[in-house]
Amino acid sequence: MIYFILIIVLLLLMIGASVYAIVQKDLLYAVIATGIISLILSILFYLLQAPDVALTEAAIGVALTTIIFIITIRNTVRHEEEEDGNKKFKSAVK
Amino acid sequence: MNDSLFSLLNYGIYGTAILVILIGLYGALVKKSLLKIVIGLSVIDSGLNFLIVALDYYKGGTAPIFSLGYLNGTDKLMVDPVPQALVLTAIVIGFGVTAVALSLVIRLYRHHGTLNIDEIKDLKW
Amino acid sequence: MKKFIVIILLAVLGGYTANIFFDIGFGEPHFVQGVKPVKDIYLSETVSNLNVSNTVTAIVVNFRGFDTLGEVTVLFLAVTALGSILYKRRHQVGKRSVMFSASSIVTSGSKLIFPAIVLLGAYVFIHGHLSPGGGFQGGVIIATGFLLMLLAYENFSIGHNALSIIESLAGITFAGVGLMGFIGGGTFLENFLPTGILNNLFSGGVIPIIYIAVGFKVAAELTGVIYTVLHEKGEVNE
Repeated sequence: MIYFILIIVLLLLMIGASVYAIVQKDLLYAVIATGIISLILSILFYLLQAPDVALTEAAIGVALTTIIFIITIRNTVRHEEEEDGNKKFKSAVK
Repeated sequence: MNDSLFSLLNYGIYGTAILVILIGLYGALVKKSLLKIVIGLSVIDSGLNFLIVALDYYKGGTAPIFSLGYLNGTDKLMVDPVPQALVLTAIVIGFGVTAVALSLVIRLYRHHGTLNIDEIKDLKW
Repeated sequence: MKKFIVIILLAVLGGYTANIFFDIGFGEPHFVQGVKPVKDIYLSETVSNLNVSNTVTAIVVNFRGFDTLGEVTVLFLAVTALGSILYKRRHQVGKRSVMFSASSIVTSGSKLIFPAIVLLGAYVFIHGHLSPGGGFQGGVIIATGFLLMLLAYENFSIGHNALSIIESLAGITFAGVGLMGFIGGGTFLENFLPTGILNNLFSGGVIPIIYIAVGFKVAAELTGVIYTVLHEKGEVNE
């Protein structure tokens, strides 16, 4: 019974983290949400009786992918830019 | 777990895996910033690996390792080991693709000054 | 308008795919009737002929060893492409992205824990055929240890030549062991050493040798990737 509740809670957290990673405009928070998806996936791989895959996903998905994303954010922009509402207003005024 | 709860997991696990793939695909198709598109590709990779490993789980099975306790005990069922070997390769190659894509993003930002795909119009590097 | 069309298309695709997967069922074996599946042959041959405990290791190295050679090649190509795209001229090298050392707790703690992480990674890829683990897992754990030291200290440096030599030697070992399978009229990547007793360290023939080579190669490659990415000199943004 308790395994069932644990699996349902982990599945709901995974859906919530993936929606947050796509919708959020501050890119640093979106990258951390991608790391949380990989962490929950590693726990689910262990519950599905696959220990080799859980080790690989926990090491590659959480540590290395997050550090490469953060170095890219440091060399480029941090916030996603505004939508094209400003451009339409500017071209209509001219 | 009794059987009614286990049949509810049938809808739960497959539905979550396909929903995560679709959310990542939406992010890769609609968003305008290049970094958001690469994040969407990484989410698609995670969802696909989850779907492949969840496809071959047998109820009451154990991990495919012949330890001393398994050899002395009773005869139990083992989970299918072939998809696990395929997913091991897929995770490493997904990380390689993400690394090359991010290096291209850094290079494009230095040349054009913006990450919006509506304003990168010329085909030259 | 574009978002609306995309949502409708994705909903149709998702509904059709989910219908197929709900019909397959979760937790039931689903094979064609009357045909012996491949996993039974792999499971029975691993414990009786090869004397190896971990079935996934035996599949990755022995039964499908050619795919592992292809995967190591693809990882090498990706690292080469990353190093050649972020190209800088010789007189611009030097400045790092991390400008200062961390606080004193982090510096003294990381100096203590770094040998333990390298020892754990080496243990994982040497005992790959006895317990869950293997070459890829151990190599990534060692690369994580080097990342910790690179983030804590500002003048920690690794020789680039040493990493290249280690990676090339490990790759040559893998291909050389495969070519030695031709001795005695066998095929490429055949198991020609004698297999020992079950659950011993020297069992499984040529499997531990290949996995140790793969572990060294992956550790050197991923450390090189992190070193290249951290030395990117760009404008300071906020």
